[in-house]
Amino acid sequence: MRVYAATEGVKDEGFNPPDAGDFNLPPFIDGNSFATKPILLAFLSVLIISVFFILAARKSAVVPSKLQFAGESIYGFVRNDLGRDVIGHEFMRFVPYLFTLFTFILVNNVFGIVPLIQFPTMSRVSFPYVLAAITFFVFHYIGVRRHGLISYLKGIMFIPGVPKPAYILITPLELATYFIVRPMTLSLRLFANMFAGHLLLLVFILGGEHLLQGVIGLKVVSPFSFVVAIALTFFEFMVQCLQAYIFTLLTALYITGALADEH
Amino acid sequence: MRTIQLAAEQLAALELAAGEELNPLIPHTSEIIVGFVAFSLLYMVLRRAVVPKFEKAFADRTDAIQGGMERAEKAQREAEAALTQYKSQLSDARGEAQQIREEARVQGAAIIEEMRAKAQEEAARITSSAQAAIEAERQQAINSLRSEVGTLATELASKIVGEALDDQVRQSRIVDRFLADLEKQK
Repeated sequence: MRVYAATEGVKDEGFNPPDAGDFNLPPFIDGNSFATKPILLAFLSVLIISVFFILAARKSAVVPSKLQFAGESIYGFVRNDLGRDVIGHEFMRFVPYLFTLFTFILVNNVFGIVPLIQFPTMSRVSFPYVLAAITFFVFHYIGVRRHGLISYLKGIMFIPGVPKPAYILITPLELATYFIVRPMTLSLRLFANMFAGHLLLLVFILGGEHLLQGVIGLKVVSPFSFVVAIALTFFEFMVQCLQAYIFTLLTALYITGALADEH
Repeated sequence: MRTIQLAAEQLAALELAAGEELNPLIPHTSEIIVGFVAFSLLYMVLRRAVVPKFEKAFADRTDAIQGGMERAEKAQREAEAALTQYKSQLSDARGEAQQIREEARVQGAAIIEEMRAKAQEEAARITSSAQAAIEAERQQAINSLRSEVGTLATELASKIVGEALDDQVRQSRIVDRFLADLEKQK
């Protein structure tokens, strides 16, 4: 609360464009860092997803109800398009993880445009970090289990079929790819998309509001700002789905790479 | 002076804190914990309660479709087998019927032949017995006629003798009367 007050104090009377400070929502209970909107939303997403899919899967009927069909469509998409088609015959082991990843990211992203909620949880970098870290450990763990530690690392560092001197260049790049670039890009891609998208919506919505309070000429322009905000909302929905898909797809690809005989 | 300095220090500290807070790439401990806990929780729920159920539904569906197709194929095979069986049975039955008809025809012909022979024999028997009866009656008639003619001739002779045979008219009258009596007697 103190910090928020401090940043607010800096703002002057004119239009303050939204900045990173707008993502630091104060806790509702003073001093309790767990009582914040993003944390609440993370748990809310768990509740929503759990209830929806438990209800959808409850009967596991051969001829599905509409609800079961809806749940099955999402599950089937992750299972077949992201699991089976990418990973291959061993895919079933990883389906629960991919399914959790996809639904968790999707719902938390879509929170960004749900009326009254309107905050994408993944715009708080901690969450993408956690998910990327889990994926990082999962695919390295699978690789080590499959090939053994030494031969797994050797597979990463020394790609077969490359002339020996080239290893001077390639080995550090490969190591960096597997241990730094992959988790970083995975988490930052998701975070940055959600952060930027939310910021963009804030600019047009708060801007439109500000214009509405201005002189008559500005009032006329204001609706355009809102129209753009609405158009951007649709665009954001697409980005939110796409980001959930990409994160899950890349995780599946990394797992496939770790399972493959040659990296 | 001292208060101003203190205020300045506080402000600096606040700004530092604010700067840190404003850097969106710095994660928060509580959010990391929550992210991990929430994700793990969701993973457990989906893994335990959702994935197996959907998989079961998928497996059941595959089973139902494959099983249905297999059942249909089996039924078709059975139907074909039954059809072949019926056809062979039908041709067997036809052959048998043909045989039976042939036998019946032969038997019928034999029976007719036999009956005809019997009938002819019977007819011959009846004819011969009738002829015998007729012959016997004729013989009897001849016998009785012979004795009667004798009696009549005797009677006529005595009548003719008893009358005076003097004239021709009288003679013929007696004969005529005799004959009329004969007629009346019949």
